[in-house]
Amino acid sequence: MASAKPQTATANPEAGPRWAIESKGLNLWYGTFQALRDVDLQIKHGIVTSLIGPSGCGKSTFLRSCNRINERLGYVSTTGTIQVLGQDIYGPDISPIQVRRQVGMVFQRPNPLPLSIRENVLFGQHIHRDDRIPRAEADQLVERALREVLLWDRVKDRLGRKATSLSLEEQQKLCIARLLPMRPEILLMDEPCSALDPEATRAVEELIWELRGKYSILIVTHNMAQARRASDECVFMLLGRVIEHARTEDMFVTPKKPETADYIEGRFG
Amino acid sequence: MSGLDNRFLRTPREQRSLTQQSLFRLLFLVMTSLLVVPVFGILLVLIVRGGPGLSLDFFLDKPRKGMTAGGIFPALIGTLWLTSGALLLAFPLGVSAAIYLSEYARDNWLTRTINIAIVNLAGVPSIVHALFGVGAFVLFLDFGASILAASCTLAVMTLPVVIVATRESLQAVPHSFREACWSMGATRWQTIWRLVLPNSGSGILTGVILCISRAVGETAPIMFTGAVYWVAYTPEGVFDQTMALSLHLYNVSTQVPNVPPGLPFSVALTLIGVVLVMNATAIAFRMRLRGRKRW
Ligand SMILES: Nc1ncnc2c1ncn2[C@@H]1O[C@H](COP(=O)(O)OP(=O)(O)OP(=O)(O)O)[C@@H](O)[C@H]1O
Ligand SMILES: [Mg+2]
Repeated sequence: MASAKPQTATANPEAGPRWAIESKGLNLWYGTFQALRDVDLQIKHGIVTSLIGPSGCGKSTFLRSCNRINERLGYVSTTGTIQVLGQDIYGPDISPIQVRRQVGMVFQRPNPLPLSIRENVLFGQHIHRDDRIPRAEADQLVERALREVLLWDRVKDRLGRKATSLSLEEQQKLCIARLLPMRPEILLMDEPCSALDPEATRAVEELIWELRGKYSILIVTHNMAQARRASDECVFMLLGRVIEHARTEDMFVTPKKPETADYIEGRFG
Repeated sequence: MSGLDNRFLRTPREQRSLTQQSLFRLLFLVMTSLLVVPVFGILLVLIVRGGPGLSLDFFLDKPRKGMTAGGIFPALIGTLWLTSGALLLAFPLGVSAAIYLSEYARDNWLTRTINIAIVNLAGVPSIVHALFGVGAFVLFLDFGASILAASCTLAVMTLPVVIVATRESLQAVPHSFREACWSMGATRWQTIWRLVLPNSGSGILTGVILCISRAVGETAPIMFTGAVYWVAYTPEGVFDQTMALSLHLYNVSTQVPNVPPGLPFSVALTLIGVVLVMNATAIAFRMRLRGRKRW
């Protein structure tokens, strides 16, 4: 594969599970409404994959199936399988809590918890650990996570402040940071920049690019330019189906399906 | 200047609607002021006529001379017993029910039935609660006419208020916070305990305030279930009978002959005072919680 962008974990499939996320024949219903139809997707390890498509085509639904958060609704039924890191996450012995812990999710509107910055980062530890975290270890976790999202220098003097007092960009970065102490391998992001201004969007995009390689990132976006700038591969969905999945540059330069071409050129949506 | 441009001048039609609008404004203002009149009126009358009768003795002495003299101590203590009892019963029950309804229950026929039941319970007249209390607590559960039976009756009566106030404050916590919690792998209970409850304290306290206000003032529900016209002692346990301020007020206003004219007003003033003091505590808590919350 002659890609200009460096490929990471996919280079050696024997080293671990071949795909970060692999869905086969995935169908999903909200009550009687079918939102996903026969979705077969293979998301590679260690790269950024963007998910595009018109409103209502099932992007968020697919994302939310990958950490089993959809089940909370109670009226959702699925057929088919989703494998995360080679394991069927809808399998009989699988704990959805562990799935959610290892498949982190970032939402459209930054939603830091109404706690201090520090407590936000440590929240995952509080819910997943029985013992009290030693102070030094906690400090270290907080610093490492905030450094990873390029926020440490800006907030290190006010870790005790309410997270909701941060700017939206900082909040969104914090929302990414609070996932990191749980050591997820996959980050799902549902339009993480759509509540941000262009400046902040760029900053978050840069961060995503920074995290690339360490995490497999699946990001939903409505912003074609963003998909183009900030992803290695791109998936186009329409009415619950995957229409096309290709390297981003290929998809934007020579889309194979007419629907894809129509969409990225803004002829519908 | 013949070419005077009058496009920005007021038209007669506009003038009419302006007059109309100030008339309506005046009307609403008058209506609102009318609303305040009874509140201040009541307070004023109570203070003017009941105030002179208040004294430490009045609070700490028991009624004397066939209730026409002396104080109200047993009734005051009785009201505290009954109200605390009702609160102790209604609060855990109501908050639990609200948590279930808001955080766990799915929208199905059972939940809908429960919700309808709560709404209807809130509309039941207090005298009906009284009869229910007699049947259920005094007779069936065999509590006898006692503080326990009366508190239970008051609790049943105030439950819907507590449930509705609590449920609303739980639902005021934005859904996005819950999603954030769940997506990190928190269970429902962890989400409730670490996120939802700490952020809905002020609303829950509103429920407490409403519960207290109703429980202190009601007469009918306690009349047949545990409050009595006269007892010579202050209660020592939940199976005792007791006097109560609200019932005492009813008695000195209508049942007892030759009561000095100021006495009922003094009792009423005390009754309102008890409500205010109990509420003030909850309100103070609530303001502290409010100040902390921000999103
Ligand atoms: N909780 C839900 N209950 C019922 N139907 C839903 C629910 N969530 C989504 N849907 C429906 O499923 C379809 C796919 O929704 P989804 O949110 O996945 O779309 P999307 O591609 O993320 O759209 P958008 O770009 O607007 O976010 C839509 O038609 C939507 O109406
Ligand atoms: Mg969406």
